[in-house]
Amino acid sequence: MKKLLRTIHVALYGLSRNVMRAILTTLGIIIGIAAVIAMMEVGDGSSKAVQAKISGMGANVILVIPGSMQNGGVSAGSGTAMKLTADDNQAILNSIDVHASAPLVRIRTQVVHGHLNTVTMVNGSTPQFLTVRDWNNPTAGTSFTDSDVRGANKVCMLGQTVARELFPHESPIGKEIRIQNVTFKVVGVLRPKGANMIGWDQDDFVLAPWTTVKYRVSGTSASVTNNAASTVSNTINTLSALYPTGDAGLYDSPSAVQQADNPHQVRFANIDQILVSANNASEVPQTVREIESLLRDRHHIQDIGMDDFEVHDMTEMMSTLTSATRLITTLLLCIACISLVVAGVGIMNIMLVSVTERTREIGLRMAVGARSTDILLQFLIEAVLLCLAGGLMGVALGLGSSWLVTTLLHWPTEWSPLTVFVAFIVSALVGVIFGFYPAWKASRLDPIEALRYE
Amino acid sequence: MDLIQLRNIFKTYRVGEIDVPVLKGVSLDVLRGELVALMGVSGSGKSTLMNILGCLDRPTTGEYWLDGELVSKLSADQRAMVRNHKIGFVFQSFNLLPRTTALRQVMMPLTYTASDISDREARQRASEMLARVGLADRMDHHPSQLSGGQQQRVAIARALVNRPPLLFADEPTGNLDSRTSEEVLRMFQKLNSEEGITIILVTHDAEVAAHAKRTIHIRDGLIADGVFEHAQTA
Repeated sequence: MKKLLRTIHVALYGLSRNVMRAILTTLGIIIGIAAVIAMMEVGDGSSKAVQAKISGMGANVILVIPGSMQNGGVSAGSGTAMKLTADDNQAILNSIDVHASAPLVRIRTQVVHGHLNTVTMVNGSTPQFLTVRDWNNPTAGTSFTDSDVRGANKVCMLGQTVARELFPHESPIGKEIRIQNVTFKVVGVLRPKGANMIGWDQDDFVLAPWTTVKYRVSGTSASVTNNAASTVSNTINTLSALYPTGDAGLYDSPSAVQQADNPHQVRFANIDQILVSANNASEVPQTVREIESLLRDRHHIQDIGMDDFEVHDMTEMMSTLTSATRLITTLLLCIACISLVVAGVGIMNIMLVSVTERTREIGLRMAVGARSTDILLQFLIEAVLLCLAGGLMGVALGLGSSWLVTTLLHWPTEWSPLTVFVAFIVSALVGVIFGFYPAWKASRLDPIEALRYE
Repeated sequence: MDLIQLRNIFKTYRVGEIDVPVLKGVSLDVLRGELVALMGVSGSGKSTLMNILGCLDRPTTGEYWLDGELVSKLSADQRAMVRNHKIGFVFQSFNLLPRTTALRQVMMPLTYTASDISDREARQRASEMLARVGLADRMDHHPSQLSGGQQQRVAIARALVNRPPLLFADEPTGNLDSRTSEEVLRMFQKLNSEEGITIILVTHDAEVAAHAKRTIHIRDGLIADGVFEHAQTA
């Protein structure tokens, strides 16, 4: 041990005899390590930022839809069972730890303002819908409230596309639009979100309290309504109609006798979807399990029975995008590693020159009693010390440049101690690997020849 | 007891397919405390003999006893240890490390001793040695700041720092002017008479050899004269 310390001392002294060359030799390592550190920090930072963006797009959103309706063995496809209710949504909010949860009722229909009209999606939900979709802070106006939902008030918010179509030259706030002959007051306009990943315009919709959409406009779910038929209103406009013009379609219209016997029309409380937002992306699988168990309980489904609902999450989208950013980081890291190898070759070059130049010194050291292992160790330690010093400076430079990138370019960076540690180890390894050959060459010298070397 | 005993040393170099004999059966003895000059023209085998005596090389056949140890059969690493403990080297071209202080030059052999010497102890010993060769005030000087004679004295201090019984001087005055040559040779004589260090001066200069008590001549790979009778016949 003491011997090793002494050899380190000798190596240090050897290096200090030619400081300028030592610095120039380490320059490659400095740049290589700095590149690795900076790449990793910027890469990690952008990866985290992309993940956050994806989460914002709804990566932690869980979708609960009704299962399929079976009629005499014929399945009508998922989403047709009328078993999911707003109470289910409330139960999720009450008993599961989630970020937000919102029911959704959807119809596709005509929306009219003055002489302008468009066909769009009318989404009925609660204000929590905006939290789930990360869509708070409307560009104009406000959101509708929970009391609007309770009172089935005829208020709505417009997506950017709808707002542009119906109100090309004026602010829609406070104006009225008609949806299937029901008048809605526009209270807010949503921020533009653009197209989603598969190219659908996310701004092309109207948002209203789900109770209003359900009980005043649609009365049925989007999936069982003949959209084409319902877009054209051919019934007389009864603005005060309490119940929607659409037809449930599931049951025959009651006869006059039936209506007389039972004056209350059946009010289906089923909804089309529940949108749940988990606290974060990693909690999604756990939350999915909890929702499934809760709904099974609420819907009285036995262990052997088939679920009357389906739960979907966005893990696929999430993993695709994170793997894409990871790929880019790996690519950058590969490039940085190549620069490290180049730096190592540089070290080897200079060490070889140094060994040749110091042949007489090596001969002398051997003459006064240095064994070949002593010489090997001395030159190896010189190379490793060079690389470690370079690594140290590289870490400083890398951290500095990633700090600069953050402050000047405002790119996100992520401080990772592991990278610094690994970079340090790698620089020592480069020293050992590329220092070995010159050191070995030095140790193989014949003392007689070396002493005579000119 | 003899410090050095050479018995029937042969050294053959192989150049391509041809064996070139350089030493053809050298036998000689050197007693403790002797100051011997080893003389010979170039090509006589003088350098080869010196390399073998200095444990830098191994004889092809023959036995070499140094300080009671058979060193002709030792491995390279073992010979390095022998060189470290028992032999000091002084070279024609000084062979000082560039950009290194005199003190560090002298401390250098202590790096390779097996026994644990603390840095302070090493410094102490090195500065003592430099004082003994009259360079106490030049410890922090680099070789470029020293005269030729001073450089050679640093080299002598370095050779003696491990207190070896044997000192080898290979043309020690070859790069020095006559006045400093005389100085250095006086120092050898002084070290020999006062410290009892056995010194072998390798030279081709009769004037240098004249400072030795005994001169051994080597010619064509054989000892010409200057050896004790019993060694020659053994």
